[in-house]
Amino acid sequence: MAETPLVRARGVERRYGARRVLHDVSFELGRGGTLVVTGPNGSGKTTLLRLLVGLAVPSRGTIEVGLDRAHVGFVGHEPLVYRELTALENLDLFGRLYRVPERRERIGMLLERFGLWDSRGERVSAFSRGMTQRLALCRALLHEPELLVLDEPHSALDAQGAALLDQELEALVPRCTLVVATHEPERLGGLATASLALGVA
Amino acid sequence: MTGYFADVAALARKDLRLELRARDTLPAMLLFVLATLVVFHFALPADAGDDPAYGLLWVALVFTSLLGLARAWVPEREAGALDGLVLAPTDRSAIWLGKTIASLAFLVAAEVVALPAFVLFFAPLDAHALAGVALASVGICAVGSLVSAMAAASRGREVLLPLIFLPLAIPIVVGGVGASISEEPGKFLAFLGLYDAVFAILSWAAFEYVVTE
Repeated sequence: MAETPLVRARGVERRYGARRVLHDVSFELGRGGTLVVTGPNGSGKTTLLRLLVGLAVPSRGTIEVGLDRAHVGFVGHEPLVYRELTALENLDLFGRLYRVPERRERIGMLLERFGLWDSRGERVSAFSRGMTQRLALCRALLHEPELLVLDEPHSALDAQGAALLDQELEALVPRCTLVVATHEPERLGGLATASLALGVA
Repeated sequence: MTGYFADVAALARKDLRLELRARDTLPAMLLFVLATLVVFHFALPADAGDDPAYGLLWVALVFTSLLGLARAWVPEREAGALDGLVLAPTDRSAIWLGKTIASLAFLVAAEVVALPAFVLFFAPLDAHALAGVALASVGICAVGSLVSAMAAASRGREVLLPLIFLPLAIPIVVGGVGASISEEPGKFLAFLGLYDAVFAILSWAAFEYVVTE
């Protein structure tokens, strides 16, 4: 018997007023797979990812994700953290909300791994864009998600940060299912098990 | 349920920490309410009696709370932090309740300064009036936290918040003034209690739909 897909989109359409951002998008993604979403600016990549994680609902069609929120991680265009809290305070808050076991150890390990340990007591508003993006990745990985949704995750990262992210993603697969929107699909060439090219709707 | 209240406490504590650090909201509320009472003191004729003064107290409190509520969701808006909270597996109403508790803490702090100033400038406040202020504060923050979240998600947030909030605050003003000057204050206190219960339940239930596109 074929395995039930972890993510299934059928005829998804999303409108903002009269403007149609997504039109008739359908795909399936199995557990442990990596879906690479590409398309020009304005093609609805970000909107599709927001629909996937439940931050928005489709105007038409359905999106089914076989996991609850506790097992989904998301890195968006914004870091989704508090600018006036420190890196440590942000991760501690989200760690509490996600009920992360051994929270402090997990936070310390992620901050070390992403090169933010020495800046853990600084407010996010003092971070560079690259550091903020690293913190966003820490937040998304904090609860060891089974589905990780990433919207242009390499943006703002320097070469070292981007290489670190590539290593992380390789280490996550196949334990974690990935959906990645990117303008650099070649970076994920070895990981991709499916691709979705969006056009301007 | 323990987890729910632990989430609420963590979220309210985060707001208090942000305010202690940035001092964006509370100083503005304190200055505003004191300045308003001073202006009212000079605006009210000397022979006007106490009753109009109680009305002005409620005008000052409602507009002071509006000032705080307008800033309530600013930290969540700045870097998409609200999306981060919405994605977390906590019940989304915990986000509203945490914000309501933090807003209530700021409003109570403003009232701790405003009420003695009112007694100094205008008229005494009895236990019924104080109970009215306490009940009204709960209602203001419960409704205000929901409405300010709705406004924060829209482009015309500065206009939208007072447009929605002030009509909803009219029953609070009616109940508060009634509790302060009526010969049957219990009736008005019960009305405020009922308002709090109804609007707190509605806001608690509706918040989920406010934070999803």
